[in-house]
Amino acid sequence: MTTERGASVRFDKVQKSYDGETLVVKDLNLDIKHGEFLTMLGPSGSGKTTCLMMLAGFEPASHGEIFLNDRPINNVPPHKRGVGMVFQNYALFPHMSVAENLAFPLQVRSLGKAEQQEKVKHALEMVELGEFGSRRPAQLSGGQQQRVAVARALVFDPDLVLMDEPLGALDKQLREQMQYEIKHIHENLGVTIVYVTHDQTEALTMSDRVAVFNDGVIQQLSSPDALYETPQNSFVAQFIGENNKLSGTVTAINDNICDVRLADGTELKADKVNVNAVGDNTTLSLRPERIEIAAVDSMENRVKGHIEELIYLGDHIRVRMNVAGNPEFIVKVRNRAGEQKLAEGQDIQIGWFASDCKALDPVG
Amino acid sequence: MTDQTHAQTVLTTQDGVPLKVSISRALRRQKLRSVLLVAPLFLFILISFVLPIADMLFRSVENPLVPGTLPNTVVALQVWDENSGEMPPEEVFAALAADLKVAVAAKTHTRVGSRLNYENPGIASLFRKTGRRVKRFEEGDYTAQFLKADKKWGDVGVWQTIKQFSSPMTAGYFLAAADAQRTADGVQFKPEDERIYLFLFGRTLILSVTITITCILLGYPIAFLLSSLPLRSSNLLMILVLLPFWTSLLVRTSAWKVLLQQQGVINDTLVWLGIVGDDSRLALINNQTGTIIAMTHILLPFMILPLFSVMKTISPTYMRAAKSMGASDWYAFWRVYFPQTIPGIGAGSILVFILSIGYYITPELVGGTSGIFISNRIAYHISFSLNWGLAAALGVMLLVVVMVLYWLYDRIVGIDNVKLG
Amino acid sequence: MKLKSILIAATAFAVGSTAALAEDMTIVSWGGAYSSSQNNAYHKPYMAANPGVNIINDESSAEAVAKLRAMNEAGNVTWDVVDVVASDAIRLCDEGLAEEIDPAKDLAAAPDGTSAADDFGDLLVSDCFIPQIVYSTTFGYRTDKVGDSPPSDICAIFDTAKYPGKRALEKRPINNVEWALICDGVAKDDIYDVLETPEGVDRALAKLGTIKDDVVWWSSGSETPQLLADGEVVMGSTYNGRLFALIEEDKQPVAMLWDAQVFDLDGWIIPTGLSPERLAAAKKYIMFATDTQRLADQAKYISYGPARKSSAPLVGKHAELGIDMAPHMPTDPNNAKNTFLYNYEWWADNRDDLDAKFQAWLAK
Ligand SMILES: Nc1ncnc2c1ncn2[C@@H]1O[C@H](COP(=O)(O)OP(=O)(O)O)[C@@H](O)[C@H]1O
Ligand SMILES: [Mg+2]
Repeated sequence: MTTERGASVRFDKVQKSYDGETLVVKDLNLDIKHGEFLTMLGPSGSGKTTCLMMLAGFEPASHGEIFLNDRPINNVPPHKRGVGMVFQNYALFPHMSVAENLAFPLQVRSLGKAEQQEKVKHALEMVELGEFGSRRPAQLSGGQQQRVAVARALVFDPDLVLMDEPLGALDKQLREQMQYEIKHIHENLGVTIVYVTHDQTEALTMSDRVAVFNDGVIQQLSSPDALYETPQNSFVAQFIGENNKLSGTVTAINDNICDVRLADGTELKADKVNVNAVGDNTTLSLRPERIEIAAVDSMENRVKGHIEELIYLGDHIRVRMNVAGNPEFIVKVRNRAGEQKLAEGQDIQIGWFASDCKALDPVG
Repeated sequence: MTDQTHAQTVLTTQDGVPLKVSISRALRRQKLRSVLLVAPLFLFILISFVLPIADMLFRSVENPLVPGTLPNTVVALQVWDENSGEMPPEEVFAALAADLKVAVAAKTHTRVGSRLNYENPGIASLFRKTGRRVKRFEEGDYTAQFLKADKKWGDVGVWQTIKQFSSPMTAGYFLAAADAQRTADGVQFKPEDERIYLFLFGRTLILSVTITITCILLGYPIAFLLSSLPLRSSNLLMILVLLPFWTSLLVRTSAWKVLLQQQGVINDTLVWLGIVGDDSRLALINNQTGTIIAMTHILLPFMILPLFSVMKTISPTYMRAAKSMGASDWYAFWRVYFPQTIPGIGAGSILVFILSIGYYITPELVGGTSGIFISNRIAYHISFSLNWGLAAALGVMLLVVVMVLYWLYDRIVGIDNVKLG
Repeated sequence: MKLKSILIAATAFAVGSTAALAEDMTIVSWGGAYSSSQNNAYHKPYMAANPGVNIINDESSAEAVAKLRAMNEAGNVTWDVVDVVASDAIRLCDEGLAEEIDPAKDLAAAPDGTSAADDFGDLLVSDCFIPQIVYSTTFGYRTDKVGDSPPSDICAIFDTAKYPGKRALEKRPINNVEWALICDGVAKDDIYDVLETPEGVDRALAKLGTIKDDVVWWSSGSETPQLLADGEVVMGSTYNGRLFALIEEDKQPVAMLWDAQVFDLDGWIIPTGLSPERLAAAKKYIMFATDTQRLADQAKYISYGPARKSSAPLVGKHAELGIDMAPHMPTDPNNAKNTFLYNYEWWADNRDDLDAKFQAWLAK
């Protein structure tokens, strides 16, 4: 990836309000590199679409500046930005055939007829719809329409393509297939893609980097694995993947490790991520697959738990336990030969490493 | 193959009733119910739509009065050659005397007179006058007695008219509606100064097209505005659009007059602004301009409503998509938005055009002489001349014109390309 | 439009089923000031004298001919007495839609014993028609727009040099062609002989053609007064009663040009197809409403002349304005120096034919 060119997109202290009373986007600072696949992930209403619309030029930023290839674009109208876009409902023009839809951006650019046909054909082949050029969008399935929409956003070779929940209307299987195809296209073409979704799996599987949005603010911007492994705050920890919460107070801090006392008196050691001082309230975040029912001696944390419920899931067993007064404490136990037999109502010893337990900002 | 057909037996229910019979029995009640549900509508359409049109078709060709009232005369006239230029023989006069005596007793002679007067002015008073005398006619030499009652009976034209309209069916109304007449040399156009209907048909079509176009030009931006506004303000504006429906015709007409006449508000304003001179005030009413303005005003909602409901369904993302691909506002509108509104334009145009083709009160009030429609003449024949046969013939022609245009529209635009919402 | 006949028949049928309890009598007239003058002069005293009778007013006279035919065809006549102009009465009589009247039996003699036939005289223009008022179609002009020499001659309407400005004329040939021929030098007595020939019609239209561009054509009697009041026209024809109201009630700067006024008649007919009881009741009403005193009374409320000779001396003052009505009657000797009586017979024969020619001429 060609990083030497500087950022493809830069949001610089951007704020947005529709009504002049509430900020929908608060102080957004974001650099997107050339050729990067960046996903904006967040719950509905968190301001993702608004960011995309500001980037595409359909909504003006209330404050701040947006740069495209280091050029400020606040005063550039949408049709001069050269940004490809895929909409959630595809927005294929119903009165035009698939080929005409694809030719539209080329006609706008006054390309020659032959060149148009060439590019349309190529784009259709890219999305494996070579045969469908003469059909109307209504004669295509949802997945096929989706591919046409992607092809149309790419056919005029934009540097930047925006996609706003493009797979939201597809069923699970198609969605997974399309995720793969879009990813594939991205790798082949090297365009910059800004992708919006509220589906964390989609974000994690497709992206180079993910910006987690909440309440108009980017909570964390990092690669998918970092997002999962090292969440920066409780919101990200909860939003991405499954997560056990334990609330307590910091009693001591030693470098990266802090001691936390829970409400029932249990003392735990945790990775200091988002706490500052002794006496702070904190929420500990702990992935269910990092907890062992056969605790090894090197584990800093060992506690007793009461098994409330067992759910058999084939490759693993989900164990719901009451741990330190939290009855929703989940432990994933691999389904291995010779593993100890569990039964509901049993009290067992569990344990985990301090580095797997993140001391984050308190919730609730 | 044959084995199979042999093996196939009729499927039956458990009681041995053939399955198909059983199914249709089960469905019969359902069918009956749906028939009953549509029956009132069907009857309504039959009574209010099919029957009147059939009646109109019939009236435009029927001619029962002459053969019904003057049966003997009609028979007697058969031997007379109307192109000979000679008077009919005495038998015809005798037959007419006999017929008239009966008709006078039944007071129907003046009705025949009125009927024939449509074709040959003067026959109405001829029959009325002669009717008073015929009671006193004596046996013998009826020719002389008729001529004494009124010398017009010596006019061969009168007899030609009677003979021409002596059959119970006539094409005469249609000929008249086409500005034609039957002469000794066959069917010909009437003299130039009596031709009016074809001209009015033409004008009606041209003005209706013009009105349709002005409705599109004015209605399109309004519908666009309405469809892009939030619901609350668009409802308010919609009420304003529908306002013409809620004002009485007379109020509306006076309002137009106050606005449009030469000493009216618009002209006063233009003169005050110095745009037109005081001595060259614009003629905006009592001419075609008046008709176009007034009818556009009335019919505009019929254009706006279908346009609005079509535009409402066009998602704004289409325009955004087009712009994201580099289209300017205008290009995106023209290539992406406009084509999707064509069904609305089609529906609105059909509504406006067909409604305006049948209008007559508004043109009568504001159209002066150059803004009146064919329907004004139809109204004249319904209400004043009582020549319902001619009115019906004109109505049939109007109906045919509309149907031909509809057919053309279907061929060119496609009728499934019409959407009311 | 073309459906009108059937619709009218259907309406007549619907209305018919509710009409006419034995004492109800439906009287059809023109509405407005005219109907209220009839209400005051005829209906109220009649109902006072006949408590069993209830008069229902219908204001459909303008469409009376067509509606009567439709009712007649539907076999359900719901009107008992109808006010129509004489030419319509003749047409209705010809069509067998109006009852014939015997003046000796059906109409009251004058107080001095003169028979009704003699009292009405020539005004009994049809066997079915009982005249009620004499009105005239005449001109009014703007006194402020004619300079020092107000018009006194009908030919002023053709003199656009002396009296510039628009004129209002009725949108039909009747009256207009007569006036045109008079001003083209045809003697009054020869007018219909001239009009009988195609050349005569052309001559009349040619004369009208000299002012065609200066004419506002009206189709409703209320238009001319409005046009005069608004200053849209400098002179215009209409019914004399309308001008009376404009001058005396609305106090507009308008004066009457009585020259060559055309007398016309308005009166009653009784539709055919009534039951014997309703026919007798209608005749009883007619006998009352057209007697000498009643006709004189009506002139208190509207400036139309009574149709009986014996009523003229009884005409008094306007009921509200208190002015003497006699000088405002078209029949007043001062006003009636040069008059016409509508030639009913001739127009009944030639109306449709000339109307077609006139409309063709107008459309050119
Ligand atoms: N056109 C608009 N006018 C007013 N408020 C809006 C508009 N679009 C979005 N919003 C508000 O802005 C917030 C963010 O919306 P959006 O950017 O669509 O969120 P997301 O795409 O993350 O679901 C929401 O509270 C939404 O109600
Ligand atoms: Mg969104």
